[in-house]
Amino acid sequence: MSARLRGYALFAGVAALFLVVAPLALPAFRLDELAKYLCFAIAALGIGLAWGQGGMLTLGQGVFFGLGGYAMGMYLKLHDAGGDLPDFMVWSGVDKLPALWKPFGNPVFALAAVVVVPVVIATLLGVLVFRQRVRGAYFAILTQALAAAFVILLVGQQGLTGGTNGLTNFYDFFGQDPEADSTQRTTYFVTAIVLGVLYLLARQLVKSRFGRLLVAVRDGEDRVRFLGYNPATVKTITFAISAGMAGIAGALFVPVVGIISPSLLDVVPSLELVVAVAIGGRYTLAGAVLGAVAMNYAKTSFSEQWADGWLYLEGALFIGVMTLAPRGAVGVYEQVRDAIARRRKPVPAPPTASEVPA
Amino acid sequence: MRKPFLRPLAAVLLLPVAMLTGCGGDSKDGSSGGGAGGNTVKVGILHSLSGTMSISEVTVKNSELMAIDEINAKGGVLGKKIQPVVEDGASDWPTFAQKAQKLIKKDKVATVFGGWTSASRKAMLPVFERNKALLWYPVQYEGLESSPYIFYTGATTNQQIVPALDYLKEKGKKRIYLVGSDYVFPRTANKIIKAYAKANGMTIVGEEYTPLGHTEYSTLVNKIGTAKPDAVFNTLNGDSNVAFFKQFKSAGFDAAKLPVMSVSIAEEEVKGIGVANVQGQLVAWNYYETTPGAVNDAFVKAFQAKYKGAVTSDPMEAGYNAVHLWAAAVQKAGTTDVAAVKKAAAGISLDTPEGKVTIDGENQHVYKTARIGVIQPDGLIKEVWSSGKPIKPDPYLKTYPWATGLS
Amino acid sequence: MESLLNQLPVGLSIGAVLLLIALGLTFTFGQMGVINMAHGEFIMAGAYTAYMLQDWFHGQAVIVALPVAFVVAGTLGWILERAAIRHFYGRPLDTLLLTWGVSLVLQQAARDLFGAPNVQVTAPSWLSGRVELLGGNLPYARLFIMGLATACVVGIWAYMNRSRQGRRMRAVMQNRELAAVSGVATGRVDQLTFFIGSGLAGVAGVALTLIGPVGPSLGTYYIVDAFLVVVAGGLGQLRGAVIAALALGMLNSYGEFWTDASLAKVIVFVVIVGFLQVRPQGLFVLRSRALT
Repeated sequence: MSARLRGYALFAGVAALFLVVAPLALPAFRLDELAKYLCFAIAALGIGLAWGQGGMLTLGQGVFFGLGGYAMGMYLKLHDAGGDLPDFMVWSGVDKLPALWKPFGNPVFALAAVVVVPVVIATLLGVLVFRQRVRGAYFAILTQALAAAFVILLVGQQGLTGGTNGLTNFYDFFGQDPEADSTQRTTYFVTAIVLGVLYLLARQLVKSRFGRLLVAVRDGEDRVRFLGYNPATVKTITFAISAGMAGIAGALFVPVVGIISPSLLDVVPSLELVVAVAIGGRYTLAGAVLGAVAMNYAKTSFSEQWADGWLYLEGALFIGVMTLAPRGAVGVYEQVRDAIARRRKPVPAPPTASEVPA
Repeated sequence: MRKPFLRPLAAVLLLPVAMLTGCGGDSKDGSSGGGAGGNTVKVGILHSLSGTMSISEVTVKNSELMAIDEINAKGGVLGKKIQPVVEDGASDWPTFAQKAQKLIKKDKVATVFGGWTSASRKAMLPVFERNKALLWYPVQYEGLESSPYIFYTGATTNQQIVPALDYLKEKGKKRIYLVGSDYVFPRTANKIIKAYAKANGMTIVGEEYTPLGHTEYSTLVNKIGTAKPDAVFNTLNGDSNVAFFKQFKSAGFDAAKLPVMSVSIAEEEVKGIGVANVQGQLVAWNYYETTPGAVNDAFVKAFQAKYKGAVTSDPMEAGYNAVHLWAAAVQKAGTTDVAAVKKAAAGISLDTPEGKVTIDGENQHVYKTARIGVIQPDGLIKEVWSSGKPIKPDPYLKTYPWATGLS
Repeated sequence: MESLLNQLPVGLSIGAVLLLIALGLTFTFGQMGVINMAHGEFIMAGAYTAYMLQDWFHGQAVIVALPVAFVVAGTLGWILERAAIRHFYGRPLDTLLLTWGVSLVLQQAARDLFGAPNVQVTAPSWLSGRVELLGGNLPYARLFIMGLATACVVGIWAYMNRSRQGRRMRAVMQNRELAAVSGVATGRVDQLTFFIGSGLAGVAGVALTLIGPVGPSLGTYYIVDAFLVVVAGGLGQLRGAVIAALALGMLNSYGEFWTDASLAKVIVFVVIVGFLQVRPQGLFVLRSRALT
C-alpha cells in the first residue's frame, strides 16, 4: 500500500471513529463535550498552519475565535429577541439597537462575518506587522498583547458586547433548541464534518507550492526574500487563513456550549491552544488536531477528579514535552516508527526524521 | 538535540486511548444513577476550585459541604443521606455551563448549589431553565433577574445597595464617587445608585471602572482627590481592592477623611488587603462573623473547628443557608422532584446565622436583614446599622418610585 | 490644570514600576533570547519572600527582603536555567512555552504553600507619609519605588560598563560565537545573567507589596506590561527600557486621566503597534551583521 493510500485510509478510519462510533457510544452530553474539543481542534488546525508550518507563534488566536463566536452570538441574540433589544442591552441601559448590531440580524451576513471579519483583521494586522519584519518573539508578544487589549475592550463595552457575561441564553438555533439532545447531536456532526473538510483543505495547502514556500519562510525568511519572493505576503495569507479557521471554530462553539464570553479569548486560553498544538506535535496538522482534542479531554476529566492538580499536570506535561520531545506526540511516534524500521533493515535512517527544524 | 526518552511518549500516546475508554465508560453509568435513587440523594456543588475566583468560592463550597454533613448527621432528607458531587467551574463561565450540564444529565442530581460571579450564573441559567433543573445561587448580585429555576439566597439590590445608600444619606453624605471593576455587577449597581441619588438630592461626582485584576490606582485616587466627594461607593472586585486601598491609604485618605462604602469586601478579603489600610471603612452585607445569635455562634464554632483559622463571611453563610433551605423544602414536599420542591419552598422560614430568613415564593429570593458594618482593627466587622427586620426581596425594584425605568 | 500637573509624578511612578518589573526581562530576553513567561512568578516569589520575613523583621521586612528576594528569585532563575533553558538556546519561541509551563507550576505551588487568598505585607511605618508636589500628593511608597528603580538602573549600568563580568556579558550579547571563541565561558555568563535578571524580578516583587496585592496570581497582572516595555525599548537595551518604561508610564497616566483605565490599556497597545511600524526592533537596536 502506498504511503498516500495509507494516509487516506487512516483519515477514513479516524473519520469513521468520530462520525459513526462516537455518536453511537456516547450519551448526548459527552458528545457535546467532544464537539467542544473539536471546536478547539479547528482553531488548533489554524495554529498548526501558522506556527508549525509558517513559524508564526500566534498567542492571540483567541481574538479571532472570539470574533467568529460573537458574530454568531449576535445573530442568535437578535433572532431570539425578535425585533426587540437583546436581554443584556436592556439591563445595560441601552435603549436603541447599536448600528454595529443591525446587519447581524441577517443570518447570511452573520455567517459570512464569522469568516470575513477575522480574516480582514488578521490581514490588516499581518500587513502592518510582517511588512516591517516584526517576527519571532516580537510577533508572539504583540499577538498576546492584542488578546489582552481585545478582552479589555470587549469587557468595557458592556452595552455593546454583554461585558464579562458575554452572550448567552440562546433559545433558537436555526429552528432548534440548542440545549436539546437532538440539536447537540446535529451540531456535533456539523463540527466534526467542518473539521474534517478544513483538515483536508489545510493538508492540500501544505502540500502545494505555497505550502513549500511557507516552510521555506519559516526556516530562512531572508533567504526566501533573496530568491525574489515576498515573505510578508506568504505570512499574511497564512495568518489570515488561520484566523478564519479560528473564527469558524468560535462560531461553532456558540451552539455547542451555548455561550461566548471574553474569558475564552484571553491570554491564557489562547496560550492553552498553542500548548495543545505543541503537545500533539506542531509540525504536522494531525498533531495539532490530536493535541487539542487530547488536552481538552484531559483537562475536563482531570478536573472532575482533582481540580487543583490540573495546573501541575499541565505545567509538567508541557515542560516535559518541550524539553524531551519538542516535536510532540507525533514526533515521538515518528521516532519510534523509524527506530523499528531501522531495526528491521539496518540501513542509515533518513536524517530528517529526527532532526528538529530550527 | 538529545534523543527523547520513552516516558513522555507513553504519557502522550496514552491520552487519546484513555479518552476513548473513558468516554465508553460514561455511556454505561450515564443511564444509571439518579438524584434520588438508592439510599442517597445526589446534589451538585459547582464552584470555582481553581483560577482567580477560587479564593472566594472555595470557602462557599466548604460551608455548603458542612451544611450537608450536618443534615446527614441528623439522618439526611427523606431518610436518605445527601451525597455531594463536587465540580470545578475553573473561574471560566463556559465551563460552568458545561459542568452544570454534566451534573444534571450524567449525575442526575436533585439540585445544584453553585456560582459566584454574575457571569457564571448567566452562563448556567439557560442550562437549568431548559433542563427544568434547580440551582441555588448564594451570592449578593445586581438584581433584575428572577429565573423560575434559580433560588437566590444572597441579597438582591434592595437588600444591600439601597440600604447602604440610605445609610450614607442618613450620615449627610451628598457627593458620591463611584469606583468599580468593569463588569455587570458594578455597572448595574451604579445605574441604581445614580437613580437613587437623583431622587434623594445626592450628586454623583465621578464614575470610574477599571479592568478586572487592575492594580494601578494612582490616577484614580488622584481623580477622586480632585472631585472632593463626601464618600466613595466601591464595587471593585477581588485583588483590585487590595491595590486600591493600599494606594488610597498611602495617598493620605482614611476612613475619617473620606469614607468608602464597599459591597464586595468581607472578612476573608480584609486579611489580604491589610487591616491597617481599610480600618474604619464601611461595608454592606447581610451577615458578619460577629452577628449575634445562638445559631451564628454554633455556625462559627462548627466552621472554625472544621477549617482551622477560617473566618466566616456573608456568601459562605448564604451558601450554608441554601442547603438547609433546600433540605427543608424537600422534607415539606416529600420528594426531590423539582416542581414539587419549588412549590413547597414558597414561604419556608428558617432560623439561620443571619437571623430569620424566608423564601419569597413569587421571585424565589429570600427575605434578608440588611446590615452596615465597620471594619475593626482585628479584621472583623462590627455592625453599626441594621434594617431591624428582614427586607422583602424586590429584584426589579418595583416598589421604589425612583427606580422606574431601570428595568 | 492642577491635577493635570499632578499626573506627571503619577506617570513617573507608574513608569518606575514598569521599569522595575521589566528590567530583569531586558537582560534575559536581550542577551539570551529567552522569553521568560515565568518572570511574573519570580516577581511573586520576591513578594512572598517579604511576607515570610515578616515573622522576624515585622515592619522592616520590606527592607530586609530586598537583598534576600534578589537571592531567592535569582536562585529560582538559576535553577530554571540549569535544568531546562540551557537546552533551548536558539529556540526563543520554545522557551516562551516552556517557561509558561513553569509559571503554571509555580502559581499552583504558591497556592498550595501560602493558600489561595492574598496575604498581607505590612509596609514600614516611615513609608506611610507623602509629600506635596505640584498640588497633589506623592506617597513615600511611590518615591521609594522610584528610588529603587533608579538604584537598580545605576547598579546595572555600572556592572555592565565597569566590571569584567559585565564586559563579558556585553560581549556575549553582541556576538555569542565570537565571544565564545575569544575565550569567554558563555555558559557561565548565561547562568549569571539569568541569576541577575531573575533576581531583579524578586526585587520588583518586594517593591510591589507596597502598592498591590500579594497572592498566587500576582505575576499574571504584570507580565504582559513588562514584555511590552521590553519590546518597545529594544532587546537588551538598558536606556531603551528606561525610556520605554517612562513613556508607557506617562501614556498610562494621561491616557487614564483623559479617558478611563480600560481605554488607557487599549491606547497603549495601539501606540505600541504604531510605534513598531516606525521602529520594528524597538527604540534602540543592537547592530549586528548576522543573517537570521
